[in-house]
Amino acid sequence: MTTTTVSRTPARADHAAPPERHRSRLRLVVLIALLVLLLLVVAPLLVVALNAVKSPADYAAHGPLSLPQTLHWSGIVDFWNRVDFGRKLWNSFLTSALVAVLGVALSVLNAYALGIGRIKGRLWFLVFFLIANVLPQEVLAYPLYYLSKSLHLYDSLISIVIIFTVVQSAFGTYLLSSVYAEFPSELLDAAAVDGAGRWRTLWRVVVPVSRPTLAVLVTFFFIWTWNEFFLPLIFLVSADHQTVPVALGVLQGDRMMDATTTSASALVGILPAMLFFLLFQRTLTRGVTAGAIK
Amino acid sequence: MNSSRNRGYAVFLIPGVIASLAVIVVPLVMTVGISFTRWTGIGTPEWIGVDNYTRLFQDANFWASFGHILLLIVAMAVIPTLAGLVLAAVLFDYVAKAFGDRWAGFFRSGFYVPQVLPVAVTGIVWSWILHPSYGALNQILESVGLGSLGRNWLGDPKYALPSVMAVMIWFQLGYPVVMFMAGLQRIDPELYEAADMDGAGWWQRFRRITVYLIRPEFYVVLVTTTIAALKIFGQIFVLTRGGPSNATLVPSYFAYQNFFEKARVGYGSAISTMLTVIIVVLAFVFLRIQNRDQRIGG
Repeated sequence: MTTTTVSRTPARADHAAPPERHRSRLRLVVLIALLVLLLLVVAPLLVVALNAVKSPADYAAHGPLSLPQTLHWSGIVDFWNRVDFGRKLWNSFLTSALVAVLGVALSVLNAYALGIGRIKGRLWFLVFFLIANVLPQEVLAYPLYYLSKSLHLYDSLISIVIIFTVVQSAFGTYLLSSVYAEFPSELLDAAAVDGAGRWRTLWRVVVPVSRPTLAVLVTFFFIWTWNEFFLPLIFLVSADHQTVPVALGVLQGDRMMDATTTSASALVGILPAMLFFLLFQRTLTRGVTAGAIK
Repeated sequence: MNSSRNRGYAVFLIPGVIASLAVIVVPLVMTVGISFTRWTGIGTPEWIGVDNYTRLFQDANFWASFGHILLLIVAMAVIPTLAGLVLAAVLFDYVAKAFGDRWAGFFRSGFYVPQVLPVAVTGIVWSWILHPSYGALNQILESVGLGSLGRNWLGDPKYALPSVMAVMIWFQLGYPVVMFMAGLQRIDPELYEAADMDGAGWWQRFRRITVYLIRPEFYVVLVTTTIAALKIFGQIFVLTRGGPSNATLVPSYFAYQNFFEKARVGYGSAISTMLTVIIVVLAFVFLRIQNRDQRIGG
């Protein structure tokens, strides 16, 4: 659709610009088309927010699109109390934060050896981390389930932290190794002249210099772990240990869930994600790109 | 290279190697091993050679699940990549100039929102919207007099997969937009000005400059979204659980069923192993194409 309207831009656009009226109409058409598309994208979330604060009677009488007659918070409060949502939030936060920190630490150690140390067999290690990166989790799931049961780590947040620290660090190692391969050697030489050992150089030079990249990785690992579903679904079976996505995911098809309760549950799941999105937006959009730079 | 200079680094790899062995290598080898056995998860696995694989190739559900994956690749990789390319170009090349960078950034963030929601939440939102009796979509259709178009979107085998595909397009669209817009930042604005001077239209500029110069992002997006489609589990679990009558069955859910619902661990392992081989091969093929293309394109 854009081709027919725009492609006739004449040569020397600055001088032979199309008539002002034509141009402003085009502006309007593009803007409206984009706004409609944006509305379609966010509409589901708006509908959820709208119905989360409706009473079931209001919903039954006026349907999903009407504005709530009165703000009805008890749907959210009831849902929160019934599933002990505060507990799930804490579980999610704890595992995600631990994985973010430990995963980045592990990635830094790996990448220090591979990217800066250029140890023997470096290429094979990188190929391994690349493969680890694309592996589907179900090829690891059953043995992990079996092993964690025999180690008495089943149904515990510890197992989730260990597993995702390693899984996320596969990506982190791969990305950081290519970043560290370009690390300015003058800085390393200067540290060596000062008599700094490997550890000191890592801690005092490499980590501070690469802090922006590490911040992106921490953000990524946190949000990825927060959103993980498959392995937490298998590992965290008791209600006390569930994370937010698992708690919401297993409620599907529950007879207690009517339209307004469903909206309420979806809303309390959406809010933390939106909060992270707003907090980390800058880091995130920069970070999504970081993955592209090889 | 001076080898003494590089001494003393290997020790830093020790924690990573031990952790990877425990969480990735050992489980991976175990799954491949178990795929040659019959095992319920309890007792000793019984070695049956390639029986699981021969059964797999005769299993209609296995083939169906891969057929569904092909359609999901269309919905998760092909359509979002193409639509994202056009959207990113419009935002970067038109909206940013005509309305300012803030508007372009605003649209970009808006399209990206579905990507930050937990998969389970996406599933809850959509399975409610698409619910046949109390869902928002059917009620909206009804209220505008199009009630006859109402369907049991996720419950009817005819519409379940197309409905899931639509949800996945919605979910994925923002990722290519963000990636491509970032790639476009690299392009020298003088190139566009030169094209304008030569009388190139918007479409020509789009094809000859935009698409050509952001090929690296294009490959990355295509690979990551295709692999994501092959691995899809969460959305299927919360939207349809592979149903109705296996109309939305995908390999990862098929494996999950065999592991944890049917206690056929050997068979589930064979499914996972097949899927893993396909994904790894695909990743390497993509990498090769990308490398060759970069060498030619310089």
